[in-house]
Amino acid sequence: MRHAFRLFWTGWIFNLKNLTLSGFFMLNAAILPIFYATIAYYMFRAGTRSGSLLYVSLGAGMMGIWSSVLFGSGGLIQWQRWQGTLEYVIGAPTRLIFVLLPMTIATASIGLYSLATTLAWGWLIFGLPLDLVHPVWFVIALPAAIFALGLLGLVLASTFVLLRNANSLSNLLEYPVWLVTGLLVALSLLPGWTRPISYVLAPTWGIRGMREAALGGDPAIPVAICLGLGLVYLVIGHFTLGYFEVRARRSATLALR
Amino acid sequence: MTVPLRIFFIGGITAYRGLINWLSPWIFLPTLVIAPIFQILLFVFIGRSAGVESDEFYVIGNAVQYASIPCLFAMTHAIAGERSQQTLSYILVSPAGRLPLFLGRALPVIVNAMFVAAFSLLVSGLLLGIDVPVSSWPGIALVIFISTFSCTGLGLICAGVGLRVRETAVLNNVIFGLLLIFTGANVPIDQLPGWMQAISNRIPLTHGIEAARQVADGASLGDVSGLLATEAVIGIAYTLVGYAVLRFMELESRRRASLQVA
Repeated sequence: MRHAFRLFWTGWIFNLKNLTLSGFFMLNAAILPIFYATIAYYMFRAGTRSGSLLYVSLGAGMMGIWSSVLFGSGGLIQWQRWQGTLEYVIGAPTRLIFVLLPMTIATASIGLYSLATTLAWGWLIFGLPLDLVHPVWFVIALPAAIFALGLLGLVLASTFVLLRNANSLSNLLEYPVWLVTGLLVALSLLPGWTRPISYVLAPTWGIRGMREAALGGDPAIPVAICLGLGLVYLVIGHFTLGYFEVRARRSATLALR
Repeated sequence: MTVPLRIFFIGGITAYRGLINWLSPWIFLPTLVIAPIFQILLFVFIGRSAGVESDEFYVIGNAVQYASIPCLFAMTHAIAGERSQQTLSYILVSPAGRLPLFLGRALPVIVNAMFVAAFSLLVSGLLLGIDVPVSSWPGIALVIFISTFSCTGLGLICAGVGLRVRETAVLNNVIFGLLLIFTGANVPIDQLPGWMQAISNRIPLTHGIEAARQVADGASLGDVSGLLATEAVIGIAYTLVGYAVLRFMELESRRRASLQVA
């Protein structure tokens, strides 16, 4: 148990530091969400329907978390391969999933920069009030969302690696998930057929839990669903990662593809 | 006379094909064909959520604004990419005129950007039921051409900066985000504070986007000639600045012997 905890902590903190040093990741995590938050502030200010600044800030922050997960976890195995460390990761006596899990959670954790910068930006420039209705629930909802998105990252890591152009797939999936999970858009405005897609994606429940904790409502159910989805992703990630490992070992393509 | 033209046309196309060889259909389709449509849909639905402006406002604004992706990224890579391929010194040691050499690389970028803007405008317009009269399309095509030329001037400046700065992708992403805010693609210019409006009026795409909206609403090219002239003048100014930045960076790189190292 101590070994597992040490492994998780080391992997998480190492990857967190590693990503923090990357200009590209810091841009995605800390700067781009500010642009989207700014646009949304002005749009809601100019509009006829009221939208709380906190609602917009949280949504823009979650956009950054999703981008970090998408690009960070989606390319995780591929980067290990490019850096020549994939063989060591797979050859280590520890199971692959225990090595990758802290890394994908770290890519989601990097998204905390997004939330921090959009909230700070809103507070400094637009006078955003930082009054949370259920502060304790917010402290629970935030790590729950990070955890679930990190586990979704595990699924992305183990499936994107089978694709040759995973990076362009990441580009492709950024906007649709922002849209369909209701980060800045009311889900009721989207066509009905998008609803099942929204419901199986953790950002939908992650943002709902955080918003209900911050703006009022019952955050318990979205937080519980978010955590439940995280466990489902863990099971899927376990199988897809196993499939990748066996396939790569059998065909001797670990460092190739 | 034929040599500069040859460098401009053939050199430009050859360099583009050589440097942007990674732009396979697997990258082109998701990044430059599908992603802009989803960007448009995202802002259309944010607009509906906020109850501000019409769908057409966001469709036209974002379609023209998304042309900045090829304008910035491809233009930067078409010049700064030479460094990563270790061919920059051969280019700069050649006696070729710098004007056709650098500007020739902009031509394929403009064509690509025009396609991206026109395609995303057409498809998202069809998806959302935006009614743009057929008679407006030639005018919109001209607006898109002038807007992409103008933004390519900005791309030329980024390419010059890219000869000194390593993280060109980060730089271009930041500029893309700023264009999303300042060009009026999503926020009406008159809703922005005065200092932001002043910036908006001096950057590429702002006047082009406004002209495209008016043409789509039935205005003639004569009606938007002022906007188009302003967009073209901004484009020429940015192109000249871009060319000057490139020349300056070239001379600095020679002086500091840092051509391949940045």
